[in-house]
Amino acid sequence: MANSRTRNKFSAERYGSLIALGILVLVSAVLSPHFLQPQNILNILRQISYTGIIALGMTFVIIAGGIDLSVGSLAAFAGAIGVLTMNALGAAGKPEWVGVLAAVLVALAAGSLGGVLNGLMVTKGRIAPFIVTLGTMAIFRSLSLYLGDAGEFTSTNTLYSQIGSASIAFVPVPVWIMAAFAAFFSLLLGRTRYGRYVRAVGSNQRVALYSAINVDKVRLLTYVVIGLTVGVTAVLISMRFNAVGTSTLGVNYELDAIAAVIIGGTAMAGGSGTIWGTVVGAIILGVINNMLNMVGVSPYLQGTVKGLVIIGAVLIQRRKA
Amino acid sequence: MPEAVVRTEKIRKDFSAVTVLKDISIELQAGETLGLIGENGAGKSTLMKILSGIYQPTAGALFIDGKSTSFRNPSDAKAAGVSIVPQEFNLCPDLSVSENVYLGDEIKGPGGLLDRAAMRDRTRELLSELSAAIDPDARIVELSAAQKQLVEICKALVHEARVLILDEPTTVLTKIEIDSLFRVMRDLRSRGIALVYISHKLWEIAEICDRVAVLRDGELVHVAPVATLSLEEMARRMVGRELSDVFPKLAEPSAEAPVLFEVEGLSSPNAFENISFSIRAGEILGLAGLMGAGRTEVAEAVMGVRRATGRIAVAGKELRSHRPMDAVAAGIGYLSEDRQGSGVMVPFTIAENATLVSLPRYSRGLLGIVDRKGEAASAERWKGLFSIKATSTDQCLEELSGGNQQKVSLAKSLDPEPKVLIVDEPTRGVDVGAKRDIYRLIADLAAKGIAIIFISSELEEVIGMCRRVLVMREGRAAGFLEGAAVNEEEIMYLATGIREGV
Repeated sequence: MANSRTRNKFSAERYGSLIALGILVLVSAVLSPHFLQPQNILNILRQISYTGIIALGMTFVIIAGGIDLSVGSLAAFAGAIGVLTMNALGAAGKPEWVGVLAAVLVALAAGSLGGVLNGLMVTKGRIAPFIVTLGTMAIFRSLSLYLGDAGEFTSTNTLYSQIGSASIAFVPVPVWIMAAFAAFFSLLLGRTRYGRYVRAVGSNQRVALYSAINVDKVRLLTYVVIGLTVGVTAVLISMRFNAVGTSTLGVNYELDAIAAVIIGGTAMAGGSGTIWGTVVGAIILGVINNMLNMVGVSPYLQGTVKGLVIIGAVLIQRRKA
Repeated sequence: MPEAVVRTEKIRKDFSAVTVLKDISIELQAGETLGLIGENGAGKSTLMKILSGIYQPTAGALFIDGKSTSFRNPSDAKAAGVSIVPQEFNLCPDLSVSENVYLGDEIKGPGGLLDRAAMRDRTRELLSELSAAIDPDARIVELSAAQKQLVEICKALVHEARVLILDEPTTVLTKIEIDSLFRVMRDLRSRGIALVYISHKLWEIAEICDRVAVLRDGELVHVAPVATLSLEEMARRMVGRELSDVFPKLAEPSAEAPVLFEVEGLSSPNAFENISFSIRAGEILGLAGLMGAGRTEVAEAVMGVRRATGRIAVAGKELRSHRPMDAVAAGIGYLSEDRQGSGVMVPFTIAENATLVSLPRYSRGLLGIVDRKGEAASAERWKGLFSIKATSTDQCLEELSGGNQQKVSLAKSLDPEPKVLIVDEPTRGVDVGAKRDIYRLIADLAAKGIAIIFISSELEEVIGMCRRVLVMREGRAAGFLEGAAVNEEEIMYLATGIREGV
């Protein structure tokens, strides 16, 4: 008897977010017959993919005991200089594909370098991650606003936006990219030495240090990982809009990304968590948004629901501990 | 016979399917000191957690003054007069002594504000009753381990404790501090307080307790007046078998064996100065000294977790930089004195802990995919070799007893196959049976040619395990002892500074 009880408890803990998603899908399907239509499902997946990709990187940062608030601002900054580079190459008469390639590389590099900057201040500077990324959140946003004079950079490259709205086998490109990153990061976190070290550092930094783990390097790399995902999202979202709004792009991304990670069961204090949990967390957020839209709840109230879900998820985590 | 202060009747405790306490019936009279002994995992802590309201029993009854009672939480137990002084202190380091003593039970004056003066005065009174020279306004961080313990005792007494449980209180204390703790305990006893004293050190039980209760595998196997049991008999009843010699036979040191490890002029600011020694392959060098003499600090400096200057060489090759990874790469292993703080990852599995230092050896390819089969095989080998009690190597350490955690910690230090191994308090908080295992394991390692630095505050084990000992005092090398000179008197002479060594 006792044995089966522990097993049930175990699975409820582990698959709590998956069960919640199942219930949500059921409720949504009942509330709206439109919900389960393939086009709607694909829409939800595309909507969540932008912040979902960043949430994948955020999973590493949070498991290692950190946090990154700068992701939205960094996305605007990386997207802005990517599009600027592309437009400059276009003006110089280069072929469109060269411009697209350059935009992608520049945005990825900018995102990763932003991550390096955050990571260095956290590890070498010994400043709390919350403070570091609060600071860089302001810095990257202000740099983007300055570059664009608070306006928009519109892409002059037609290929760029074509890629952004393309689908492969009916599934939108950003969804494919998120799936690929999820698979790769899941392997990285669950099966590799680096993944083990990330959990070790977040679990007990002192033991990790005494175990000859290069704690600073492991933590620094988590910020590079998230910076890379920010670069990817910057490219995908600017492709989607064919522009970078320096004052609007990436606003509240940190909220969505952190929410997905926490709803997915990653411990806020670090040490444990999974990539698939974060994916489920991101989908839960998307389904909630979609459902609220369909039943006609004011979009202004959607933030309230999101906030309640985050707090509720942490509350459930507490209960388990 | 008067009514017992505390009586338990057939207390049972199950964790999922495992029964950790079976039908424990025991009673405690006012003004008596009961010693509670047993190997790690015997159920001592679980029983005390039930008495102090942290756990609820699965079955059985608890009586206070003859009345059936159940504690839903530690506050219930405290209200009934049962308090525990835990092994790991529960004090807020940044609050003052009096603030800690009254934490959660503050005296309030008019208007609901704190009556700090009253709390301070009462704390001062309690401290002086314990003849403790501690300022009630001192912050906890400024206190020594022994002083913190007295604050914990005060915290219990302020609740009009009638039963006080002391869980291995002497592991962090020096001999002198232990003596003064015993004075405090005798005083409390004379005031009619019932004490439960948990310890692995049997001579302490013999000295301070009236009765002794022996737990083995969750069962109460023996309760008797202390005077009727010899130390050997206590140990025998604890493990349920005869104990042959605790210490293994040590191999004769070979003068031809190459020098494997050298430290020259090692200094670390505010910790120690100018420490030099060398160890041959297969030798066990003891590092003795009083608390605060700098022994652990030397180990930390060698491992690169503490800044230091000086020369460190393994097999003649000097270490270029002082980082933990360099020390490990050079072949130095370290078993930390602070098991949970810097030794093992409690939420990790046995396998994940055992390979934490040596993980590069188990990872393959560009991504560093962990070879889980290889890892499990190694963990399985250590589990068998050290007889680690666990259902599988996938079990998390939080479910293991202290002794088994210590064995995992040792496995973790040994898995990288070090040439030099530093063991720092290798048997702290470990029962007699596991101690003997650990001594034998260390002697076996030496026999295989590993150079070992053996750090311990228990003189008995330094003498039993080492043929050569470096005694430290106040951060300096007080002297080396060798052969017959390795005995309790000589070590204490050097450690206390009565005599200077050569």
